Amino acid sequence: MKHKSQSNSARVTRRTFAAGAGAAGFVAGIAPFNIVRAQGGPLKVGVLLPRSGIQAGIGQSCQLGVDIAPAILKSLGLPDLAIMNADTESNVDTARARAEKLISDGAQLLVGAFDSGQTTAIAQVAEQKGIPLVINIAAAPPITEQGYKFVFRNFPTAPMILGDAFASQKEIFAIVGAAPKTVVFMHVNDTYGTAMAKGIGAIMPKFDMPYTIADEIAYDPAARDLSVEVAKAKAANADALLVVSRLNDAMLLTRELVKQRWTPQGILSMGPGWYEDQYIKTLGKLSDGPISLSPAPDPHKRLTAVLEAALAKIDPGINLNANHTFTFEALLVAADAYKRAGSTDPTALADAIRKTNITDNVNIGPGITFNAKGQNDKVKDGAFQNRGGKLIMLAPKEAANGKPEWPLPPYQSRG
Amino acid sequence: MTWGSSVPFDVYLNVAVGGVLTGLVYGLMALGLSVIFGVVRVVNFAHGEMMTIAMFIAVALCTGLHLDPLIVLIPIAAVMFAFGYVLQRGLINPFITRPEHTQFLLLVALAIIITNTLLIIFGPDARSVQTSYGYESFQIGPMIIDAAKVYAGAAAIIFAAALFAFFRFTLVGKAIRACADNHTGALVVGLDVKRLYALTFGLGAACVGAAGTMMVLLIDATPMLGPSYTLLAFVIVITGGLGSMPGALVGGVLIGTTEALAGLLFTPSIKSMFAFAILVLVLLFRPQGILGKRLS
Repeated sequence: MKHKSQSNSARVTRRTFAAGAGAAGFVAGIAPFNIVRAQGGPLKVGVLLPRSGIQAGIGQSCQLGVDIAPAILKSLGLPDLAIMNADTESNVDTARARAEKLISDGAQLLVGAFDSGQTTAIAQVAEQKGIPLVINIAAAPPITEQGYKFVFRNFPTAPMILGDAFASQKEIFAIVGAAPKTVVFMHVNDTYGTAMAKGIGAIMPKFDMPYTIADEIAYDPAARDLSVEVAKAKAANADALLVVSRLNDAMLLTRELVKQRWTPQGILSMGPGWYEDQYIKTLGKLSDGPISLSPAPDPHKRLTAVLEAALAKIDPGINLNANHTFTFEALLVAADAYKRAGSTDPTALADAIRKTNITDNVNIGPGITFNAKGQNDKVKDGAFQNRGGKLIMLAPKEAANGKPEWPLPPYQSRG
Repeated sequence: MTWGSSVPFDVYLNVAVGGVLTGLVYGLMALGLSVIFGVVRVVNFAHGEMMTIAMFIAVALCTGLHLDPLIVLIPIAAVMFAFGYVLQRGLINPFITRPEHTQFLLLVALAIIITNTLLIIFGPDARSVQTSYGYESFQIGPMIIDAAKVYAGAAAIIFAAALFAFFRFTLVGKAIRACADNHTGALVVGLDVKRLYALTFGLGAACVGAAGTMMVLLIDATPMLGPSYTLLAFVIVITGGLGSMPGALVGGVLIGTTEALAGLLFTPSIKSMFAFAILVLVLLFRPQGILGKRLS
């Protein structure tokens, strides 16, 4: 009986020993991978964009940069990101609330948000909560002047954009051998537009431009009819139009230019709108000609072709633009920092982002690095022109792939 | 020839004409509100949203079936008439005798439902119509007039004239006016007041439907347009005279022209301010509105 109870309770047979050893070996064998998965699981990235409201078009354009990122980041040997999308509804208060919600839902890093006002609100939340924010697009200088430790911007500030824009204009005027003597300056009357307007006033004198500003016209960002504004601009009798606008107003302005039969020598845009795919698709031949002086992808960089191919697969027929590339680069920064930090700890991530040095990037400039204020002060603008549905890079010289067309062909003769 | 600053006079003329034409469409929109309030005594806080429905129907027909808004104006007005009739009979009628705050809440709730339904169906992006005359303009001497505004303004005048004629010369129109003038008297003489109220609401909705169809020639349609146009309709109706049909048109033209000229004279980004300044002046010095009947 003793023998029987021993065999029931404590007996270890070769079979049970082998089974136990096998099980132990299996667990031991997969344990390292388990540990790696626990540490190397996707980084939760909250992406805040204006997916509805007046900036919906541009927000959805930025989203394409998010959509093409995962496969490309994987091909670069970077870790996975778990994207948590949020809609700022083109509204500052909503942006703040959504940022807080993303963080409470577990976002370990934030990316966003295109609009300077909304991004400022999100940056405040990120800094308060100690969660890194990588800004994809937002130009207002104060965002990286607050002494924030968790906010990083891989996008030029308004003064940087303007400085490069004026330099590129002079380069273009030198190439075509002509320049406007006067311009009328039209700008959207919001945080972005007024920051740019102030910047133009401060920076333009330093560049000794060949033109003077004949009139300055501010318009409501939610305006649905810009006929009065264009009438006023036309009445200024300026040679060219200098604009700071967004997508909807760019389309409205162009329609009014056509209806009011005014073709300026050139349209020089210091921001988004005039190169957007919706602008080009909606206006067709009428979209040709405007020169955008704006951050842009470098057509000669290796990753640019990779992004173009990826974009063509999900949305054929659209041009790669800054909305896509800067949003992609924000995620590139996130993934690269996560790889180097080896941790989702916010402070470790922030420290890793601060030491970012990516030269294999997309946009014009030597690469992605951040100064002590969290600003990439080396990213540069380009000047590119709409032509036949494509964007032709005109300046800087090292990124150019075409010659400027100046003056604009009259709208009435475009068929 | 210049006037005031360095802006030539012909620019003022162009802008004023554009303002008048746009104002006619505004006036047609506000006419619907005035008709509804004048008879049914309900303030339609979903007015702008109803206009937005019509705008999206026009966009859908234009993009899907390539039908010009000018061609689908009458059918869309008819659809909105039916919508307004059913809405009044089915939902609003029980609230006519209830406290005003319940009417307000009902119609605001309806406005929110309409806006969100449009968002679900059409999304948040602005939608526009592409017409053969969308980029055309007429040149008469120094004046350059937007062709789309001319057609929209003309259609607004014709529709308003048809409405005036209906109320003046038809038996049903006279019956509706009788209800508005004396509700008890209308009941006494045997008029079916409930049906007439529903007809009136339908006519008001048809007006706003026509206005929305024309508005889509001037601006892009987005689901969020409703509240600002409801507010604009109120401003116009109060300025022109609550319950006064000619007042609504006059108010629309006044507001449209004022906004346009103010944008030219001062700075365009504050042109809406002048519409509200006119409202304040009217409320202070002529509270019944420009063409409204003096309150006893």
